Amino acid sequence: MSRQFLLRRLLIAIPSLLGISVVLFTVLALAPGDPFSELVTNPNVPAEVRMALRAELGLDDPIWSRYLHWLWAMLHGNWGFSFASRMNVSTLIMQRLPATLAVIGAAQLLAMLVAIPVGVLAATKPYSIFDQMANTMAFVGFSLPTFFTGLLLILVFSVQLDWLPFVYSTTLRATGWAWWWEQVKQSIMPVCVLGLFQGASLVRYVRSSVLDVIKLDYVTTARSKGIGEGKVIRLHVVRNALIPVVTLIALQLPVVFGGAIVTEQIFRIPGIGSLLIAAILANDTPVVMAVTFVFAALVIIFNTIADIIYGWLDPRIAFR
Amino acid sequence: MAGSTPASPSADAATPPQLSLAAESWRRFRKHKLAVISMFILGALVLAVVAGPFVWRVPINEIDFTAKLQGPSWHHPLGTDDLGQDILARLIYGGRISLSVGLAAMAVALLVGVLIGAMAGMASGRVDAGLMWLTDLFLSLPQLPLLLLLIYLFRDTLKAAFGAEGGVFIMVVAVIGGLRWMPVARLVRAQFFSLREKEFVEAARALGAGRARLVARHILPNAMGPVIVAGTIDVASAIIAESTLSFLGLGFPPDVPTWGRVLFDAKDYLDIAPHWAIFPGAAIFLAVLSINFIGDGLRDALDPRRVI
Repeated sequence: MSRQFLLRRLLIAIPSLLGISVVLFTVLALAPGDPFSELVTNPNVPAEVRMALRAELGLDDPIWSRYLHWLWAMLHGNWGFSFASRMNVSTLIMQRLPATLAVIGAAQLLAMLVAIPVGVLAATKPYSIFDQMANTMAFVGFSLPTFFTGLLLILVFSVQLDWLPFVYSTTLRATGWAWWWEQVKQSIMPVCVLGLFQGASLVRYVRSSVLDVIKLDYVTTARSKGIGEGKVIRLHVVRNALIPVVTLIALQLPVVFGGAIVTEQIFRIPGIGSLLIAAILANDTPVVMAVTFVFAALVIIFNTIADIIYGWLDPRIAFR
Repeated sequence: MAGSTPASPSADAATPPQLSLAAESWRRFRKHKLAVISMFILGALVLAVVAGPFVWRVPINEIDFTAKLQGPSWHHPLGTDDLGQDILARLIYGGRISLSVGLAAMAVALLVGVLIGAMAGMASGRVDAGLMWLTDLFLSLPQLPLLLLLIYLFRDTLKAAFGAEGGVFIMVVAVIGGLRWMPVARLVRAQFFSLREKEFVEAARALGAGRARLVARHILPNAMGPVIVAGTIDVASAIIAESTLSFLGLGFPPDVPTWGRVLFDAKDYLDIAPHWAIFPGAAIFLAVLSINFIGDGLRDALDPRRVI
C-alpha cells in the first residue's frame, strides 16, 4: 500500500465530515424556535436590550457566517455548555464515549465470531439442511428488533431466572477478578442483543462472499494439488472471501449505532446513546447536536479505517 | 393478424403455451415456501388490523381499574394494561398506524430514490457524480440519531400545524422515508446505466421517442424488479424504525397505541405483566419477518439474472 493511497483516503474523509457538519447545521438553522423566545415574553427585558444581545451574539448574521463561526468553535473543542448536566459538552461526551465504544466493539466481535463460521459452513454446503437453517435463523435474527430481544432477555435471565443484573452499574464495589466477573455479567445481555442482531445480517454476506470465491479457478487448482478440503477452505477460500466483508461491516455501522442507542436505553448503560435520549427529553440542544455529530463522525472515521484495511488486504484496490 | 405471415401454418402449434411475465414470476415466487407462508401471515395481520375493529368492538381507551394488569382471559384475549385497557383492541388500532407508517415511508423512499437514481442514471457526468456523492453522504449518516434530532427539532411545529397525531405521522413518515432512499437510488442508477445502452432503447430513440418517454415507457418499467424488492424490505425497516422511536418514547403521543408505544409502556411492568410486552413485540416481529421473507421470495421471482 502506497503512502499516496493512504493520504488520498484520509483526504476524502474531510469533505464528508464537512458535508455532515453542513447538513447538521442546516437542520439546526431551519428548526423553528428561538433561543431568545423566553426573553420576548419577559417584561423586564426591553426590546432594545434584546436586539443588542442578538447582534452581539451574531444571531442576525447571514447563515454562512454563523456556520463558519460554529465550525470554528467546534474545531477548537468548544462544543458548548450542557444546561441539564452543568458541565462542558465535550467533557460530558468524553466521559460517556468509552462505555459506548466498549459495548459496540464487544458486540462486533461477537457478531464476527458467530457469523464467520456459520456463513462459511453454510456456503461450503449450499442448499443443505444446515444452510437452510442458518438462512432462516438469520432472517429471524434481523427481524427481531433489538428493543424486543432486550426485553425478552431481561424477562428470562433477570426476572425469571435472576441470573444477570438488568441495570448496568459503573460504580461496582468489587475489585480485581471479582470486578471483571461483575463487569462481564452485566455486559452479557447488551452485547448479546447487539451482537446477535449484527451477526444475523452478517451471516448472509459471509455466505454469498464465500460462494463467490469458492467457484474460482485457483480453488480448484488447490484442490487438484491434493490439499485437504479443510485446508483449502481455511487457507485459500476464507482469507480472500473475508476481504469484502470488512467493507460490509463498516457499511453496517450506522445501523449498529442505532442499535446501540436502544440497548443503552434498555439496559441503562451510561454511554452517548442514552445521553442523547436524556438530552432530547431535557431539551438540551447543545448536547443533542454534539452527540449526533459524534455519531456521524465515528461512522466516517470507521469507514475510512475500513477502506485503509481493505487497501492493505487487497493491494489491487490501492493502485486504482 | 394481417401484417404477420407465419413461416408455416403449423408453426404456432408447436410452441408451448407462453406464460405471461406475471404468471412466470408467480411460478418462481411459489417455489419459496417460506415466502408463501409469510404472505398468508401478513395477509392475516392486515385483515385483523383492517377488519378487527368491526369484530372486536371494545374501545381502546376504556379504563377499568378492577381489571388492571390481567393475563389473557375470555374477556380480554391478550390481557389488560395498567389502566385495565384491553390490549387486543389497542394492538389492532396501533397496527393500523404501524403498518401504514411502513407503507407510506416506503412510498416516500421509493419516490425520492427513483427520482434521484433516474436523474443520475440519465445525466451521467458531473450531475451523476454530484448526486452519487450526496447519496454516499446520506448513506454514512447515522439514521437513528439523525431521526431523533429531526423529531426533537421539528416536533412542536408540526404538532401545531397538523394536530398531535397527524403531525407526528407526517414527521415520522417523511423522516424515515427521507433517510432510506439511498439504496433505491443506487439500484435505479445501476439499472439505468445498463438499460439505456440496450437495443430496444436505441430503437425507441430512433423512432423519435423523447427523453421523458424513453424513461417513463421503456427504461423505468424494466428497472422496477430490484426496486420492488428493495421497497418491500424498506417497509420492514420502516416498521422497525417507527417502533424504535415509539419505544424510546419519542414517536407517537401516549394515547396512540402503536406497537412500539405499547412496548414502551409495558417495559416497566415486565415482572408482573410479561404478556403486555410479549404480544406487541410478537406482532412487530411477525410483521417484519413475514415482510422480509416476502421480499426474499420477490427477489427470486423478479430478479431476471437468477435462473431457477
